[in-house]
Amino acid sequence: MSTQVPEQVEDESASETVSTGKQKRDAKKRERAERVQEQREVEAAEKARTADDTYHLKVFRYDPEVPEKQEPRFDDFYVPYKQGMTILDALMWARDHYDSSLTFRHSCRQAICGSDALFVNGSQRLGCKTQLSDLSEPVRVEPLPHADVVKDLVVDMEHFYDQMEAVEPYFQTNSLPDGELEEQRQTRENREKVKMSTRCIWCSACMSSCNIAAGDNEYLGPAAINKAYRFAMDEREGEDMKQRRLEILEQEHGVWRCQTQFSCTEVCPKDIPLTEHIQELKREAIKNNLKFW
Amino acid sequence: MYEHDVIVVGAGGAGLRAAIAADEEGADVAIVSKLHPVRSHTGAAEGGINAALREADSWEDHAYDTMKGSDYLADAPAAETLCKDSPKETIKLEHWGMAFSRDDDGRVSQRPFGGLSFPRTTYAGAETGHQLLHTMYEQLVKRGIKVYDEWHVTRLAVSDEEQPEDRTCHGIVAYDVQTGQVEGFRARNGVILATGGLGQVYDHTTNAVANTGDGVAMAYRAGAPMEDMEFIQFHPTTLPSTGVLITEGVRGEGGILYNEDGERFMFEYGYANNLGELASRDVVSRAELTEVNEGRGIEDEYVHLDMRHLGEERIIDRLENIIHLSEDFEGVNPLEAPMPVKPGQHYAMGGIETDENGETCIAGLYAAGECACASVHGGNRLGGNALPELIVFGKRAGHHAAGKDMKEAEITTGKVGDYETAEIESPVELGESGIGEDVVADGGAAADSGTATTGSDLVQRAVEDERQTIDHLLEKDDGIQHAEIRERVQKSMTQNVNVFREEDGLKQALRDIREARELYQDVFVGDKSRTFNTDLLQTLETRNILDIAEAITLGALARNEFRGAHWRKEYQERRDEKWLKHTLLSWNDGRPELWYKPVILEGENKTYEPKIRSY
Repeated sequence: MSTQVPEQVEDESASETVSTGKQKRDAKKRERAERVQEQREVEAAEKARTADDTYHLKVFRYDPEVPEKQEPRFDDFYVPYKQGMTILDALMWARDHYDSSLTFRHSCRQAICGSDALFVNGSQRLGCKTQLSDLSEPVRVEPLPHADVVKDLVVDMEHFYDQMEAVEPYFQTNSLPDGELEEQRQTRENREKVKMSTRCIWCSACMSSCNIAAGDNEYLGPAAINKAYRFAMDEREGEDMKQRRLEILEQEHGVWRCQTQFSCTEVCPKDIPLTEHIQELKREAIKNNLKFW
Repeated sequence: MYEHDVIVVGAGGAGLRAAIAADEEGADVAIVSKLHPVRSHTGAAEGGINAALREADSWEDHAYDTMKGSDYLADAPAAETLCKDSPKETIKLEHWGMAFSRDDDGRVSQRPFGGLSFPRTTYAGAETGHQLLHTMYEQLVKRGIKVYDEWHVTRLAVSDEEQPEDRTCHGIVAYDVQTGQVEGFRARNGVILATGGLGQVYDHTTNAVANTGDGVAMAYRAGAPMEDMEFIQFHPTTLPSTGVLITEGVRGEGGILYNEDGERFMFEYGYANNLGELASRDVVSRAELTEVNEGRGIEDEYVHLDMRHLGEERIIDRLENIIHLSEDFEGVNPLEAPMPVKPGQHYAMGGIETDENGETCIAGLYAAGECACASVHGGNRLGGNALPELIVFGKRAGHHAAGKDMKEAEITTGKVGDYETAEIESPVELGESGIGEDVVADGGAAADSGTATTGSDLVQRAVEDERQTIDHLLEKDDGIQHAEIRERVQKSMTQNVNVFREEDGLKQALRDIREARELYQDVFVGDKSRTFNTDLLQTLETRNILDIAEAITLGALARNEFRGAHWRKEYQERRDEKWLKHTLLSWNDGRPELWYKPVILEGENKTYEPKIRSY
């Protein structure tokens, strides 16, 4: 069971004489709510105990406002397993049946919103696309390392967003077609070249896994460099823009900081070859510098 | 109190486009959103954007398909606006760098989609929504538009004249999820609601956890009517265990549906003899459930969608992410085996009543995207028509709110002109009537403006009301929690107000919702912290789910015909003589009021005469 066993609801009004209609309604309501609550607790406990297969989760807890959570700790949750259950499913189950204060970001449940990157059994993963059955027990669930914890599994994303926005992360060109119905042409090959880089969902798993980013707060990091790659390699932007983008990437805290440890590539839930992209930009930068030499 | 010219609520496709449009017009605009923009559910849209871009195609053909697909419940001025504006808005995205799939000649690719007479669905792999959302957010960053992210908007600050048509929206009240602060946002020009879908009313849905219909519910409680809420689209191909969507693009590219006996049932059983798998979504959803109900489903639950014959190369080129979705969420490799699929709640055709400029009947209040009902989709939305709606109507609302001179709308909003009132037939009391004085989370009834004389006073008053509500929820330390209430409603809606609907079930749903409303009076929040309190957030959302579930069910009960996505067991015919009209539901200060207004079938150059919708 959870360490967060819900307290039984005290029925304070039981001995009082109920006289008015409103009081009666209130009492009835409370009674019903209690019944529902009790039944729910019994059922949840029963389910967890009798299920052949429960998973044991150890979940990081912290809340700067709640005295007993100010000191970070791990809570144990036992969640009944169903075929296909993910880490996110298990966290939601624990929250809805054991402890409503268990806090984590999530939204789409299908690996596209990028909200639920977590540190699971020692590596960065998206909760919604990590099957419980692939993990050894107890499953340790922690917030992403190298980021400030706001509460439980929620980290402060501001630094990640700042880095993403530092690379002029928007399409720029000097040669748009005149007509508002006229498209720019792009070859299939070029679209294919940038395809993987456009798949980034801003989950920040890569940034969290990167030793360099951990030691150098100004390092752009794999996701932001990949974002720049997406535009630098897009033939629609043109050569002038590419020069400009390479200049941004060559700055002190840019591509040259990467030591090709491949940790970002390993954890990327969208299989983006981040390290390769960074290497390719380094090569482009060298070629570019030789040209002007 | 924060102050801007235009406040946009929500940061998906419609919200971002609205904000960019307002910025283009020189307005000081800000977005307030409970999610960071790139987390929005627009990102999950897979299929594409319908736009008549090619010589052999025309906006008129697109409009014809849209009107037919709507089962003649879309308003022609809205549908035609969508089809006329979509090509240039789609190319605008290309100019902003969106990574569309390309043809050999370097032009953007288009593919066939259900219910379309021309392959006009413009796409970026099977991740069009993701590409669109990120492209648009890039433009937002470029323009430096202010975003208040992880702020949950709880109510509108609207004046309290008796008739909603006389009211004005002055701003919003929002709750900062990170810190627990409740603050007011004054909007000098207008508020644009772009809060997206409401799929969390059901328990099997393609929608995100965040899609709780917040904008629809708060506009409703402030006086703007909800329109055509009974029309819910069930997508025929969702994965059974999670509700994750498998794009219609699979069928567009040639994917085939089989029942347990290996029969291609769309043809074998005559559900759609011409278009087969590419018939309209409601037709395919009903066909699948009929197969299951008649014992030809697999494990009595689903059917198979097979795309193996397309070949690995084509699948990887055009539908690659479907391989990942099917593997990660269902454990099936679609290159080796057919995918299990069943219908799931996908889209709300109805929403906040607006005209084709996004205006509601309340001055200064706009809505765009899925939360709005212009109405473009009528009884059923065509695949590929949701994304153009975001960019076309998002932009129009943004321009209008920023004060751009625009052609006056042809669609009317509110109770004006030719409308009829109706009696509601319900086995239980509705709305707030009958509930005691201790209603705790009335997230957006028109603020009692009392002595408030200016817009700012009105916003401040609304802020104080909200602070009281939230303090109450946090201070109360026993009762019932939202998860229990939510689950009851979701289960009942999926059981009773699904693809197939009948009178007894609909009435049962109304009883269940009533019970849930009464329980909600006793709701409390277990987490007492002000820091990132998702327990509180979900408790506030649950109130919205209640109001919306009730509206969907009421509309479904009232409309005794079969039109588009709305199927009634007792009434198997479309009844044009009686039902060429929109269902509207007004909050009426807690005593919901049902009324109707006629559908507009007269377009710019022609009238769309209702025909039998066969595919």
